[in-house]
Amino acid sequence: MTATLPLWVSIPVALLLVISGLITLTGSLGLLRLPTFYARIHAPTLGNTLGVFCVLVASILVSSTLEQRVVVHQLVITMLLVITSPVTAMLLMRAAIRRKAKVEEPQDDESPLEPPPAA
Amino acid sequence: MIDLVYWAATFALGCFVIGLAFAALRLLRGPTAPDRVLALDTMYVNGMLILLVLGLQFGSALYFDIALLIAMFGFVGSVAMAKFLLRGEVIEP
Repeated sequence: MTATLPLWVSIPVALLLVISGLITLTGSLGLLRLPTFYARIHAPTLGNTLGVFCVLVASILVSSTLEQRVVVHQLVITMLLVITSPVTAMLLMRAAIRRKAKVEEPQDDESPLEPPPAA
Repeated sequence: MIDLVYWAATFALGCFVIGLAFAALRLLRGPTAPDRVLALDTMYVNGMLILLVLGLQFGSALYFDIALLIAMFGFVGSVAMAKFLLRGEVIEP
């Protein structure tokens, strides 16, 4: 399938694929190696979004060259990921902050309706 | 120029598989529940990338639809789990 690609297309496609692989590997390595959750959430969110972007640009280049017209249906995944990745990160961050606050003050609102025991 | 795109795609596939393994390790090892949800989200995105690069390598348009489905359902699952961690239930009455 890639036999009909001209050289001026295959060089940027190969570069984009290699860059995307390295960036995604960096993001996943950051997920594994960073010390706390608040540091850890940044690496896959940024790295994987940029990796997906590079792969989709490469895919757009390849299919546009093979079909001799502009093919942009890969932009659907790009838009979906650009919109949904920050939403997931924000929800997870808020969940982590809420749970940490709940752990730090456990018996704050344990049974608010119950009257305090009379001594 | 067959070999250039082919070997670049193979290199990218190797990187994505290693990233998938890292995310799975974090999923098994993660100290808190949001860590595990984040690792699962990363695994979704890495699997979607693997399918996209396989579709680019094989020249098939079917992989694109599978990748779109994985992206959508990965988002829905991650948001549902984050909502569960945030509130204690997914759909509030």
